Amino acid sequence: MSDAVQISPFVRAGRFMRDNPIVPLLIFLFLLIGALEVMRPGIVMPFRAGRDGIISTFWVGNLIKFAIPLAMLAACQVLTMLTAGIDLSVGIVATVAAFVCATLSTTWGVAPAVLTALAAGLVVGLVNGVGVGIVRVHPLIMTLGTGLIATGCLQVYQRLFINAGSEIPGFLVWLGTGRTLGMPNGLFLFVPFAIFILWLMRFTGFGRLLFALGSNEKAAKLSGVRAWQVYLALYALSGLIAALAGLLYLGMIRQTSLSLANPLLLPSVAAAVIGGTSIFGGSGSFAGAIIGALILRVLDTMLTLLQMPEGARTVLFGLIILAVTALYVRITGTR
Amino acid sequence: MSGFLQKNAWVVGLAVLLVVLLGVTKLVQPSFGASGLESIARAALPFAFATAGMAVVVIVGGIDLSVASMMAVCAVTAAVLMERIAGVPAALIVLGVGLAMGLINGALIVLTRVPDIVVTLAMLFVWEGVALLILESPGGAAADWLKQIVRGSVVDGLPKALIVIALCVAVVWWPIRRSKLGLSIYATGSDESAAFRSGVSIGRTKIAAYGVCGLFCAFGGLSLAALTGIGEPVPGPYLLASVAAVVLGGVVLGGGKGGLLGPIIAVFILRIIRTILTLMAIDPNVTTIIEGTIMVGVVMLGSAATLRGKRT
Repeated sequence: MSDAVQISPFVRAGRFMRDNPIVPLLIFLFLLIGALEVMRPGIVMPFRAGRDGIISTFWVGNLIKFAIPLAMLAACQVLTMLTAGIDLSVGIVATVAAFVCATLSTTWGVAPAVLTALAAGLVVGLVNGVGVGIVRVHPLIMTLGTGLIATGCLQVYQRLFINAGSEIPGFLVWLGTGRTLGMPNGLFLFVPFAIFILWLMRFTGFGRLLFALGSNEKAAKLSGVRAWQVYLALYALSGLIAALAGLLYLGMIRQTSLSLANPLLLPSVAAAVIGGTSIFGGSGSFAGAIIGALILRVLDTMLTLLQMPEGARTVLFGLIILAVTALYVRITGTR
Repeated sequence: MSGFLQKNAWVVGLAVLLVVLLGVTKLVQPSFGASGLESIARAALPFAFATAGMAVVVIVGGIDLSVASMMAVCAVTAAVLMERIAGVPAALIVLGVGLAMGLINGALIVLTRVPDIVVTLAMLFVWEGVALLILESPGGAAADWLKQIVRGSVVDGLPKALIVIALCVAVVWWPIRRSKLGLSIYATGSDESAAFRSGVSIGRTKIAAYGVCGLFCAFGGLSLAALTGIGEPVPGPYLLASVAAVVLGGVVLGGGKGGLLGPIIAVFILRIIRTILTLMAIDPNVTTIIEGTIMVGVVMLGSAATLRGKRT
């Protein structure tokens, strides 16, 4: 009896973490923040300076603010990865949405501009959905292709509309840069969004279909899932989310450019993967991806503080992503 | 003969398309001739090598997102070395560097058991950073013989660049394809567990395939240095283009099917389409749209065709 219970604490800890994959991520996040505090005392907990309380809400607010668009794009990756897909058009979709919104606001007014921007994201998403769901193109190729097309369209559009000038809607600036109680206003958008995504994944039929298609597409189809409808809805949703993230990012950066959100693409994949979403489908969590986005942002701050040349920073960034995922795979025993 | 055609239907189709496109080019621009062909071949050079490398890893069942970054590392290494030491040993060192980077990618994938796409995504950042560490801003110099190799034609209509591609790919890929390693690569790509049960060392095969990819990237980097005459630490647009050409070229994502000839023909097709559009004086931005549409369209057609073939 007693030797059956003899499990080393290490193994038990491993099992606990396997069942709650969010725990090691949180531990890692706090370790990183601790390391940051050691590197630059006062950045997280300004005891003496006493800027605002025990924990610098300024720094935490900044951290959260810049993690929000990344986490939203990571949501696209989590959702598509659940079905063993990936959406590589999110960066460009976000850029297109931001650009369209900023240029149309001057002539059409804010509301139509925002709606047009979201519609643009939806269209790209629908095209992705048609390609992946109905024609059965590999998602990687399909989204790369639509991304390329969208880039071209954006450039042509810019040629035609550049004279109209651009204006960034006030409420987007408020959402992107404003603060309430020290926390960024972006949370007003992000918290409902995150609850919606978590609800979608956990408690709706659609979420269950995503998991089912990702773990065994054939079995799901045999049990009567109309896969193409799910894919169509999934990629359309992903495009919409990306466009929304682009609008928020526009308010945050307060500038229009033709490659505004493109640098967020690869980090969004990294955030989802660090967050424990399997690229082969069937398992993943959005909560993990949010932590993943926070981890990436803390790493960014850290590497900037180290004052290394840009090359060394990029190298470290890549190595840490690799190390975290490898460790995660080891601990949780998933792929 | 018909057996050969059936087996290589896709590649033959691509070759026919290539000839048709060349004809179209001639129609659009009657003065299009040897020099036009030469410039297309020259522009296709780095794309062809990136595609060849990508094709090998896709055949083994993986994907390498870091090709463009590895090419950047090789290009700056070449440019920095050739400023200081003789060209030939420098080129050999660059090839060694490329091979080593590929082997590191492969070893990390096998050892960490993290999916290929994630590992190479991380390595994309790493190699990009390494390139920046080697050379912070564009600089260095390429040896003269290297520049001469890719310029001009041997005889009219047979550009040197084309011969360089054919020679490098053949010298690297042909012996591998004919050897046990080649067989293992295809076996691993088509069914990993079946290959493992028939005694193929999966890990070693994968590492070797990524090594070959790195080697091709080194050739790509050298060609970049040769074309520009300097080293550029920022990765070019080779990742997307190489994935597109690989898929266009009939290599199935997921592995086990296809060769290197198809993807390389696909590279030329994509380049010629770009040339035709430029000759027709179409806005280069519209060209991007058309390229993307062609890429998506062709892949859609291809997968629709395979769907019909094995409808279950």
